[in-house]
Amino acid sequence: MTRYALRRVGFMIPTLIGSTFLVYLLVFLIPGDPVLALAGTKRVSPATAEAIRNQYNLNDPFVVQYVKYLGNVLHGDFGTDFNGNSVISTIGTALPYTVALALTAFALKLVIGLLLGAWAGLRPGRTADHANLAFTILFLAVPGFLVAYLVQYVLGIRLHLLPISGVRHGYPVAFVLPALVLALETASPLARLTRNSLHEVLRSDYVQTARAKGASPSRVLWRHALRNAFVPIVTYLGLSMASLLGGSVLVEYIFNLPGLGGSLAQAIQSQEGPVVVGISVFLLLFYLVSALLIDLLYPVIDPRVRHA
Amino acid sequence: MLDQTQSAIATDRTAATRRVAPTKRGNPTLRALRAAWRRPTFLVAAVIIITTCLMALVPALFTSTDPQDCTLSNSRKGVSAGHPMGYDMQGCDYFSNVVHGARTSMEVGVLTALFIFIVALITGSLAGYFGGIVDSVVSRLADVLLGMPVMVASLVVLYQFRERTIWTIVFVLVLFGWAGTMRYMRGSVLQVKNNEYVQAARVLGVSSLTILRRHVLPNAIMPLIVMTTLGVGAGMTAEAGFAILGVGLKLPAYSWGLQIAQASRDGNWQLAPHLMLFPALMLGLCTLAFVVIGETLRDVLDVRSR
Repeated sequence: MTRYALRRVGFMIPTLIGSTFLVYLLVFLIPGDPVLALAGTKRVSPATAEAIRNQYNLNDPFVVQYVKYLGNVLHGDFGTDFNGNSVISTIGTALPYTVALALTAFALKLVIGLLLGAWAGLRPGRTADHANLAFTILFLAVPGFLVAYLVQYVLGIRLHLLPISGVRHGYPVAFVLPALVLALETASPLARLTRNSLHEVLRSDYVQTARAKGASPSRVLWRHALRNAFVPIVTYLGLSMASLLGGSVLVEYIFNLPGLGGSLAQAIQSQEGPVVVGISVFLLLFYLVSALLIDLLYPVIDPRVRHA
Repeated sequence: MLDQTQSAIATDRTAATRRVAPTKRGNPTLRALRAAWRRPTFLVAAVIIITTCLMALVPALFTSTDPQDCTLSNSRKGVSAGHPMGYDMQGCDYFSNVVHGARTSMEVGVLTALFIFIVALITGSLAGYFGGIVDSVVSRLADVLLGMPVMVASLVVLYQFRERTIWTIVFVLVLFGWAGTMRYMRGSVLQVKNNEYVQAARVLGVSSLTILRRHVLPNAIMPLIVMTTLGVGAGMTAEAGFAILGVGLKLPAYSWGLQIAQASRDGNWQLAPHLMLFPALMLGLCTLAFVVIGETLRDVLDVRSR
């Protein structure tokens, strides 16, 4: 178990270095002056430009720049915006909203995906199966932001059921629509995977054996089939955190939530380059750490992994 | 007798190649495609895609109105005779704008999918077939890409480009998007590589490239085509997403993404829903059509989802 955990942490380090290095490389080595690119259409005074140069160590050789930057980031220093406010304080205010949205969406997604998938997997080739297929294809194909606008229009503007913008209405109410959109957008692969996984397991020899030995259908399902069917599902859930975080950028922006994604989009609109870079790098790290945590939960579900 | 045959094969490489690596294509693929044509959903999807392609190639077939011929007093007016989609903010004919937007959206989708296909095909087969250092480099790089939220990384990179064309967007999408397809290709190659018939071909002196082309590719190409079809819609979606967030194309370009982005600014579409409806409908129909085609192909070609 300890060896497994250590190995997982070891695997994460190259990814952490690789992804931040790649982003840093692309952001600061694109032809042209990176400081001007960060400022966008803003006019930057020479003093500010010099401050940014210092902040990203742009006067050093490239590798030194990067190592220093990574050092700062790991100490919680994500830079400062053009007004001199530190990006980490922006992140601090925004993070709770993103976490609330992500967790709510994750819960909704689990309910939708697992129920739909299980329903279809238990009755392959019947109505449930076709409904599942239509659902997955529809939400796999239609962009999430279109679903967001549609939901805003129908449930918010036409029917006045739920607020469509901002967080004035507090936790559950203001987060229902954005979480629902995120959940619908990411539930399709889960529903499909659950269906296929369950379908496959239910046909396997050991389940047939359990049935033949007279185990009741519910015992076969809960004790024998589901446990194995869940292994690929949990793997997928870990991987799917990325789409949840990536999707939350657009959804938070559309629903005007002041979370990390919303702040990132705001920073893009107001051309606050250092904030864009700071929040993005934070999101990268945030994702890597959550993926690691889910990986560490893996052996709890699949005992085979413990001894690997 | 046996010796004779062996030496004949050894000296005559082309004969060996002909014998163990016949060029004749099997019929199952064609049969499968014919089965696909018989499905109504596939047909509808194909019609949508062909129409959109025509729109992208020859917009004049659909509208003769100049999308830049605008009367400001018509701003945000709804559907009327001769203007089936109403007017946009500047009072330009919206139908003409939407028709002209097809080209950019299709270009981004198709080019992204195409380049991902090429990059994945090359890197995947090299990594899978030759293994060793090539495989290590390619696979570790793919691990990093698959291990990060691509949307976030694309945003920050696109932000740094001051002038963004469709090529900038395609570049970023391919850069961050090839890894998954590559891994699939590599998997197919690894699977086929140690089959007995491939070993036999190798022993008989068939070159690596020929083995890749004749034995490995036919096994791997169909899944790749399915993934590429699914990728077109993803590219179109990404283009629109970038436009909404302000890191996509900028006016005066025409694209569905940009039209959706314009409509979403300052609650424009809440006053005039048609501004959002029509480009959204086109984009939604197109992405849906590509997924339906991809899924049907996956189904009839019996590509197992791994």
